[in-house]
Parts: sequence; structure tokens; C-alpha cells
Amino acid sequence: MGSITLEQVRKNFGDVEVIPGVDLEINDGEFVVFVGPSGCGKSTLLRLIAGLEDVTSGRIVIDGQDMTQAAPARRKLAMVFQSYALYPHMSVRKNIAFPLKMAGMAAEEQERRVQHAAGILNLTDYLDRRPGQLSGGQRQRVAIGRAIVREPSAFLFDEPLSNLDAALRVNMRVEISELHKKLATTMVYVTHDQVEAMTMADKIVVLRAGHIEQVGSPLELYRSPRNRFVAGFIGSPNMNFLEGAAAAGLGAHAIGVRPEHFAMSTTEGAFSGTVGVAEHLGSDTFLHVDLDDGTHVVARAAGEVPVHHGDRIHLTPQEGRVYRFDQQGLAL
Amino acid sequence: MARKISNTSRWGFTILAWGVALLIFFPILWTILTSFKSEADAIASPPKFLFFDWTTQNYAEVQSRSPYFRHFMNSVIISVGSTLLGLLIAVPAAWSMAFQPARRTKDLLMWMLSTKMMPAAGVLIPMYLLFRSWGLLDTRLGITVVLMLINLPIIVWMLYTYFREIPSEILEAARMDGASLKNEIVHVLTPMAVPGIASTLLLNVILAWNEAFWTLNLTTSRAAPLTTFIASYSSPEGLFYAKLSAASTMAIAPILILGWFSQKQLVRGLTFGAVK
Repeated sequence: MGSITLEQVRKNFGDVEVIPGVDLEINDGEFVVFVGPSGCGKSTLLRLIAGLEDVTSGRIVIDGQDMTQAAPARRKLAMVFQSYALYPHMSVRKNIAFPLKMAGMAAEEQERRVQHAAGILNLTDYLDRRPGQLSGGQRQRVAIGRAIVREPSAFLFDEPLSNLDAALRVNMRVEISELHKKLATTMVYVTHDQVEAMTMADKIVVLRAGHIEQVGSPLELYRSPRNRFVAGFIGSPNMNFLEGAAAAGLGAHAIGVRPEHFAMSTTEGAFSGTVGVAEHLGSDTFLHVDLDDGTHVVARAAGEVPVHHGDRIHLTPQEGRVYRFDQQGLAL
Repeated sequence: MARKISNTSRWGFTILAWGVALLIFFPILWTILTSFKSEADAIASPPKFLFFDWTTQNYAEVQSRSPYFRHFMNSVIISVGSTLLGLLIAVPAAWSMAFQPARRTKDLLMWMLSTKMMPAAGVLIPMYLLFRSWGLLDTRLGITVVLMLINLPIIVWMLYTYFREIPSEILEAARMDGASLKNEIVHVLTPMAVPGIASTLLLNVILAWNEAFWTLNLTTSRAAPLTTFIASYSSPEGLFYAKLSAASTMAIAPILILGWFSQKQLVRGLTFGAVK
């Protein structure tokens, strides 16, 4: 079991309201990602679930039990921190066994569980090393190992990959996803990286200033963003927004077109402009285009496109791929 | 770019540094030398530096005249005891100040430190009367508690500085892992702060060892540490410089040796947190 329910959870730090009242349902076995720009309250929300911060008001229910006032350890949750938070004076074995030792588990059972977790995470050869002798990725695995051995009802991850380099981040992303498949345990994962959110989540929770802007599967958010903020946050590169005549023509205050939804032509199209920067990645080509009305847009084409700085280009949004927003930024 | 220092000024600075160091060390050196002189040589004018009749007579006499070992043991018990007692109180105090700071924590720290600026003589009479009515005069327990109290602000400050360097996420991880507050302090915080605790311990042992005001006023014989032992050679039968020096040398030798072997640890402890 690993269901978590938040009911009108509020958090103030002094006079500052960080979480103004959040309702959220996390189902057993789900991989839920909290995503949003820095300062949006996503880490605070995770820490409230973990019990590392006290809620100002509201209820946190874990597996049907009100855990609002329960100490972190009683919530049966395990957390993996951004900085790994390993105990530097203990070997990997002792780090992983620490929660079991605290629970008063017999030594043989501790060792059995440590070996099991080490096997899953390829750490068997490193059990006698100290965290200082490990690489970033290995440290992160030890932190995950320490979480696994407790057999928690849910895992909480607080930006666990942001200290790793780009290549390792991709590997660990896949490893964590595989781990989720293997363990089938609820995971709540905080990140500011929307690529991580899109690739790992069953359900994404987009947060802004402590408010939940939208909850849905990655493709739901991609296809049907509720507002301009979600539309701009999900998808990489970001959605282009056009205002003025182009939007008015479609009965909207602003329209949004994703970079990958522009058809390019050198002869004709809905919008015309000049290429500022052309990024040739081989697999894709990103064109930064200054439209004639002064708007700056990014267009993406698959494969290699022979367009360069200063070229004239015409862009046409694909049929049915234009998002319309009203004055308040809500999707029409 | 590294600054260029000419050879001449390098030599100049080296000689100056040695000169200053010798100047600071000279009284100790002179005390040690005097302890090996006869009383006549000790007061000779002009003073004799190295060329005198070396003798260990003073040491033998000091040993036979007063129980050095008892004073030494008192010094050890009082300085180590007061430091350990101080740590016992200061570790939880510094923990709460470092990891659960309240709005007035900084003020509290400053207030604690300000008590060190108060002249001790100001509270001597009330302390003496309290000690007398509680029957603590000339007891190891009494003087240990007093030395613990006067050094407590320093112990708390030093530990606070060390604890602040420990990422709070690690303690949160321990909390998530089911560690009680006691286990968090015993299994995680304290082992991580061992270098800091060690240098705090060393510094406070030295401070307590050298403390003379309270030990001289609140102890006479049974609980008297080495400071009282030295003082007993300065009166009332007139000054015997050679014996006084022998007593002083014997009193400072243990702590000098301890300080010599732990100087790296001490310097690290005192400058901790100054440079990341």
C-alpha cells in the first residue's frame, strides 16, 4: 500500500504563505512528479508529506491513516535527498543498514536486506567503502539503497539527479524508472526539469506559487494544457506564444504553437520572418526566427534542414495544433 | 598572480617571526632554566643564562615538600571532568541552536559570550558564600562545576560553529530513517563532529588546567590543583625563585606536552569555519 491524500494542506513560514491550500490524491503504485520553477513550493510540499515540516493546517492521510502530526519515521516513507545526505562516517553497508538498525532489526536480517538492496543497485562491491570514496552516481544509489531496505509504502525523491552530470542523469533517470517498475511502490518525485517529469511520471503535478496548476499524465499536459503557464512549462523547447492580429484572427488573446508543430517553407506560410540562429543537432534543427511583427519564435524540424542565419523563412502551424488562451491565460 | 617576495625580505620576515616567537616563549624558557639553578644563581645579577651549575635539587625538594602527584591528579580530574561535564550540556545546547534556531538564538549566544567579559571578582563573594553554605569549599566536585560553568559559553560557541557546518539534510535523513533525537545526536551528529569536539575538548582542558582565579579562591589543599601548588611557593616565607620555577615547570609540563602534540588539531579547531 502507498496511497497519499492531501486535504487542504497549507504551509506558512512566518507571515509568508508558501502553500495556500493543496488538495491532491496520489494512488498506490503511482509515479507522481511535482514539477515547477524554483520557489514554487514543490520541495516544501514533499517535506510536508515526509513530516520534515509541520503543516499550518489541513490533513495528510497516508494509507487511510491521518499522519498530519506523525513523526517522519512513523509515516513509513523513505526519502532520497538532493545532496544524497549519506552518513560520511559510515561504510556503505552501515549507511544502508542504518534505518534497519534504528528499527531494532536482527543483525542477520539487516545483512540479508542490505545484500538484497546492494544486488538490485549494483553496489555489492562497494559495501565496505565510505561515501567519500564513491562517485556521484554510486552515492545516489546508496541513498536509494537506504530507502529500499526499509520497504517503505512510498519513496520521496527531492531533486535526486540535479547534482549529477548530464550523461549520468539520463542513466539514473532510466534506473529509477526501472526500479519503480520492479518494486511497484508509490514514488513522489520533485524536479524542476520538465524532461525528467515527462519521461518518468505516471502523473505530473504542475505547481506555481504553491498552487497546483494542473494534474495529469505527461501527454495530457502536453496535449491539453489548462493554461498558458502549463503550456509554457511542459515541452522542450518551450511553446511559442503569439499575440495581436494572429491571435485575434482565431478569437483569442494569445495563441500558442509548439516548436515541433510548425511546418517550414522557404516560399510561403502563415508567418514570415528571418532566421536569427540555426542550431543543427543532426537529429533535429532548431531555428530561432524573428517574425516580421517582431515576435521571436523557435521552430523545430526533424533531421537536417539547410537553413542558415539571415535566411528568410515561412512558418505555418499544423492543423489542430494551435492552443488558444484568453486574457487571463486560461485555455479556450 | 602570486605576489613576488624578494629573498631579502623573506629572510627579514623569517628573522622577525623567530624573534617574536622567542620573545613570547622567553618567560617560559627562563622559568625552565631557573628551575635548574641554585637559589643563589636564580637571583644573581647580572643574570646567568646558560653557564651556571645545573642542578635538579629544586625538583627533589619541591617533591618532598608538597604532594605534587595529588595536585597533578586534581588538575587532571578538574580539567577533564569540567570539560566532559561541559560537553554533556553543550552538545544538546549547540544542537538546538544550530538546527532548531529560534528568533532569539543569536542574542542568546551573544549573551552567553558576554558572561565571559564580566570580571570574575564581581561574583567572588556570592560564589564563596554559596560554596561555604553548600559545603563545596575545597572539593573537586565544587571546583569542577565552577570551571565547567565558566567555560561553558566557549564550549557551546565552538560546538555551535562546528554543528553549523554539518548539512541539516543528513540529520533529516536520520529522522526519516527512524532515529530518535538521542540516536540522531549519538549516531550521526557526534561522530561527524568528532574533529570539532576533539579540539573543543583539548582547548577546554587547557583553559581549565590554567585557570587560577577560582582554583586559588575556592580550593586550599584537598582539591587544590597545580595552580594552587605553584602559588604556595610564592609566600609567605619570601620568594624562592628556583623552587618556584621548578614547581611552575612541573605544573605546565603536562599541558605543554599535550598542546605540542595536538597543535594541528587546535589550530584547525580555532580557525574552523573561517575558510571554506
